[in-house]
Amino acid sequence: MLQVSLPHFLVVGALLFALGLVTVSTRRNAVGVLMGVELLLNAANVNFVAFNRYVIGDVSGQVFGLFVIVLAAAEAAVGLAIVLAIFQTFKTIDVREADLMRE
Amino acid sequence: MKSNLGKLAVWVVASALVIGFLVVMSGRALLPAVDANPPPAAGAAGLPDLLFYALAALTVGGAAGVALSRNILWSAIGLLFALLGVGGLYVMLSADFLAIAQLLIYIGGVLTLILFAVMLTNRIADVNVSNVSAGLYGGVLIFVAVVPVLLTVALVTPWNIGALPAVAYTTEPLGNALLTRWILPFEVASLILLATLIGAIVIARKEIKAD
Repeated sequence: MLQVSLPHFLVVGALLFALGLVTVSTRRNAVGVLMGVELLLNAANVNFVAFNRYVIGDVSGQVFGLFVIVLAAAEAAVGLAIVLAIFQTFKTIDVREADLMRE
Repeated sequence: MKSNLGKLAVWVVASALVIGFLVVMSGRALLPAVDANPPPAAGAAGLPDLLFYALAALTVGGAAGVALSRNILWSAIGLLFALLGVGGLYVMLSADFLAIAQLLIYIGGVLTLILFAVMLTNRIADVNVSNVSAGLYGGVLIFVAVVPVLLTVALVTPWNIGALPAVAYTTEPLGNALLTRWILPFEVASLILLATLIGAIVIARKEIKAD
């Protein structure tokens, strides 16, 4: 019998979330920031599916997870297009260099 | 220099606040409720448990690689392992369709897109300087601030765990749910994908001046 239960999955989700937050807030490379966002979305998704399995017993949590995956794909496409546009404008993707609107 | 000192002072104050909060909260909340979740029935750890720990290690190790690697390509490889591990966790949670979607969309789509962006925007020759990370101490501080709170919530809360349903295929109930109860979000998601497609093309194309 499986001893692994809901808190185990929640711990994995929490560690994934914290590492994603660290990635988003410390990376200077815009692509690295986007990778951190993907980690954050995956952490939330693990929690959705785990709660769906252990508490709800339905498929509604998995439906939510599916929407999260779809929106993450959309976010990645638009985000990387913006990164490419920034690279064409500034010749770098260091997020600190894109401060044209601050001056 | 002065602003650096100011930032440092802010970080120190913030960390002291967070640690004090944690000490107070753990003293008040952790001790009485620590047995809120009864431990599962004793017994030797079976193969699924070992599989879970292997997948969790793969996931967290990959995420740590994303967060800490100096080379953006190694970050991408770490993201690959993290996404693979999450897919495996979906299988353990009897979400087979979601696991396949994770493989197809994340690893086949998003990760490839990210690798394309890496190749297009970095000078691969000096890839070692392509992923410098700002403020290691800030990152450590965020980690120290976030992890104990989340772990406390995950481990202490008495979750309402019901009887586990049997492992079953989820594709058919998922399709039924998507096209009956969740039909409106489904259509809105397709609209968002269309807008994303057009928006990404418009943003990323080269401007062609008509003169």
